[in-house]
Amino acid sequence: MISRTGVPTAQQIASVKPSKERLAEGPVAIVECFQEIPCDPCYTSCKSGCILPFEDINDLPQMDFDNCTGCGVCISSCPGLAIFVVDETYSEDEALVKIPWEFAPLPEESAVVTGLNREGEEVCPVTVKKVRTSPKKNDAYILTLVVPKELAFEVRSIRI
Amino acid sequence: MYNTEILVIGGGPAGLKASLSAAEQGAAVTLIEREPHLGGQLVKQTHMFFGSREQYASERGFKIAEKLNKQVEAHPNINVMNNATALGYYDDGVVSLEVDKSFATINYKAMILATGAQENTLMFPNCDLPGIYGAGAVQTLMNVYGVVPGKRVAMIGAGNIGVIVSYQLLQTGVEVPAIIEALPEVGAYHVHASKVRRMGVPIYTTHTVLAAHGSAQVEKITFAEIDRNRQPVAGTTKELEVDVLCIAVGLTPLTEILFQAGCQMNFIAELGGHVPQRSDTFETTIPGIYIAGDVSGIEEASAAMVEGSIAGLAAAEKLGHGKEQYQAKLASARQELASLRNGPAGLVIRQGLEQLAETREVNS
Repeated sequence: MISRTGVPTAQQIASVKPSKERLAEGPVAIVECFQEIPCDPCYTSCKSGCILPFEDINDLPQMDFDNCTGCGVCISSCPGLAIFVVDETYSEDEALVKIPWEFAPLPEESAVVTGLNREGEEVCPVTVKKVRTSPKKNDAYILTLVVPKELAFEVRSIRI
Repeated sequence: MYNTEILVIGGGPAGLKASLSAAEQGAAVTLIEREPHLGGQLVKQTHMFFGSREQYASERGFKIAEKLNKQVEAHPNINVMNNATALGYYDDGVVSLEVDKSFATINYKAMILATGAQENTLMFPNCDLPGIYGAGAVQTLMNVYGVVPGKRVAMIGAGNIGVIVSYQLLQTGVEVPAIIEALPEVGAYHVHASKVRRMGVPIYTTHTVLAAHGSAQVEKITFAEIDRNRQPVAGTTKELEVDVLCIAVGLTPLTEILFQAGCQMNFIAELGGHVPQRSDTFETTIPGIYIAGDVSGIEEASAAMVEGSIAGLAAAEKLGHGKEQYQAKLASARQELASLRNGPAGLVIRQGLEQLAETREVNS
């Protein structure tokens, strides 16, 4: 349970996962936020109308995946580093996963590093495709990782 | 003797906002801060803040401090005294100070106490060994002075501070082999817990430290699972080699001046200990003495900033400043505070405040 271990359950992950059809259409934001806390910058930063307006600042984000462009602005506005972008159209058997990153030194682009799951366990080697500063210029980075498609909802961190 | 209209004690998030809101209403403010710089705990916060735009959500704490410090230092109505520690409160209301190592006194028409909190500690065998720190000290070393406290740190406490400091340790390249928490659940926002967890840090809930071991400094700790009566469960003891043990087991409001002044104090566990009784504009039972931030009850910095704004508005209004916009500004700040506390994460605070309100009715 996330409240005991920090690791969300499979059901929680399933509840924030877009449909297969939507994933087949291109990049989409995955908001792994499961606790009502007073925090709303994901919604106020989203310019695509994907993260729907909050009635109360404690609301959980509600998504309209059809509006999501996969732009990733929400990744760097989320103080909880809980938002990722998954693009399952990258290649036949690989997906792109964008993750927020706040560690130095930064990985080199095209370096192969160790992909970690939500428990910090090694999952598979992943290639760092891009290293970008956050559009908010707030000292956060966004890493784009090339991940085997079946692990696009497993890999959430790396070890360099 | 110094003289001022509004004396603000403490230059953290609550005191900075209190000074700004009172000064914007036209009051003359003196802000005293014991450190050589303003910002309080904000200067050590490298993570992005939660909340909403009004409380600088998505900005890092130290950046918020920079922003507020600039506004305060540029404001013609605010006189900042750094290296100034409040020492005591006299019967006639005068506050004594140590300013740059000399004694001074200050007189005022209203005072806002934004003194914050101090860390709780934990008793266990060898808890005084070198290498055992409070989380605040670890943050000060790392984030103010750029010194890492050690190579391998065990963290006691999985509240926001324990988990955030664990993450900061990882960022500096320090290993964190365990976060140990006596409660059955993580107190930190779950997203913070997920952040350290996916970097490989295990979180042991319902566990406690049994002892630290070492001669000249901590070399090892033992910890174990605990039962419902908080007693160690036989056969669950684990050992961990570490050179630092960091303790993050909560905060207690820093209320000495309020006690000295004779404000009515109530013990409310949900708010972190003894807290002053207050009106809905944060005035204590001594007219003209206001409070804001952790001294009024342990809560997030976002709430502390809004409380500061409210106390500053109210203190200025009491002295006849900014009467026109007062009600509108007050209503909007109150709305902000209520919405921050509105969800399940604000439940404990709401319960604490309800208890405090009940004692107010009993006493009045």
